[in-house]
Amino acid sequence: MSLYSVQKLLFGLNRDPAVRARYETDFEELEAVRKPDIGLLYVMGVNGQILMHYAALRGFEWDAYIAAMREGEQRYGPVRTGLYQRARTP
Amino acid sequence: MSLAFAGVCSHAPGITGRSQRADPALRDGFYASLERMRAALEATRPDALVVIAAEHFANFFMNNMPSLCVGMADQYEGPIEDEQWLGIRHTRVPGNAALSQRLIVSMMNDVDLAYAQEWKFDHGIMVPLNFLTPRYDLPVIPVNINCQGPPLIPLKRCWAFGRALRRACEEAPERIAVVATGGISHWPATPDSGKINERWDREFLRRFLANNRGELLAYTDEETWIEAGQGGFEIRTFIALSGLIEGSRCELWFYAPIPIFAVGCTVAVAHLPGALTNPPGANDTARP
Repeated sequence: MSLYSVQKLLFGLNRDPAVRARYETDFEELEAVRKPDIGLLYVMGVNGQILMHYAALRGFEWDAYIAAMREGEQRYGPVRTGLYQRARTP
Repeated sequence: MSLAFAGVCSHAPGITGRSQRADPALRDGFYASLERMRAALEATRPDALVVIAAEHFANFFMNNMPSLCVGMADQYEGPIEDEQWLGIRHTRVPGNAALSQRLIVSMMNDVDLAYAQEWKFDHGIMVPLNFLTPRYDLPVIPVNINCQGPPLIPLKRCWAFGRALRRACEEAPERIAVVATGGISHWPATPDSGKINERWDREFLRRFLANNRGELLAYTDEETWIEAGQGGFEIRTFIALSGLIEGSRCELWFYAPIPIFAVGCTVAVAHLPGALTNPPGANDTARP
């Protein structure tokens, strides 16, 4: 699943209760969204301004949200694409 | 002239959502400056408040991302965020569709922009309103500059937008207040959240307070990204306001890095000829 598609799904979930109500999927790639695995979503490159709202929606307190991203980097490696990928480039 | 008030302030969600975790002295000083800004804004008796913001994927997405968009509705709502997380209750905010339309039609002579008759506010507008119009009784006209999803509008076009808004305001009989809201350097919503480049911020503020067009437009996004983080792209809101008040200057009422708020918290208000925006005692809360 592309970064664009993941971000668009989160965008819909964040802002629209109707999307949340009807959201169902069988795609394994969306496990990170469903669990949610905030660290993996961050490493996938999801924009923090989308991810932060989604983490809050799923009950993550601020410190837990920051910790989840850091754990994601440790577990899955550096950010793969998107705006933050360059952050790890010397 | 119908530009009654102009100023800038920060909008980070931690300002309300994590208020209890901030250094009380810094937090209270910042809040006091926002309260002073509210009083100054009210003293100008505005008919509407234009908020030049940098929203965070509450309305606009990369399927159809406007560089500039202006709200054109009689009512808005927000925040989209969880009320407890943000520390702001969900509410309805009045708009003024007729005034929006007149401003938009006027500005279209000078800049290309989109309009939206639906708009849900996120923290980028709700945090400023929480302090500046806490009763939500002043019609708001939201403006968004895409600062989140590159490619981003060039800085010179932000200045041009500000100039176009000024002209549109002057054509309107209403008294219009304008508040721009954005961060300076910050790395919001990332593992680097809380990092603030105070040196870079203070140099930016020097240029901003001087209303120095050449120096403000000299920034490149690459430089800003390296020195000021992706949140630094929000300087576009400051630059739009600089174009709005071209020839006038803002006075800094507060600046201090507050890491738990994830931004260098800023309040500045413009000296506008003939406007009642600058009560005595200005600058007494700005750190040297």
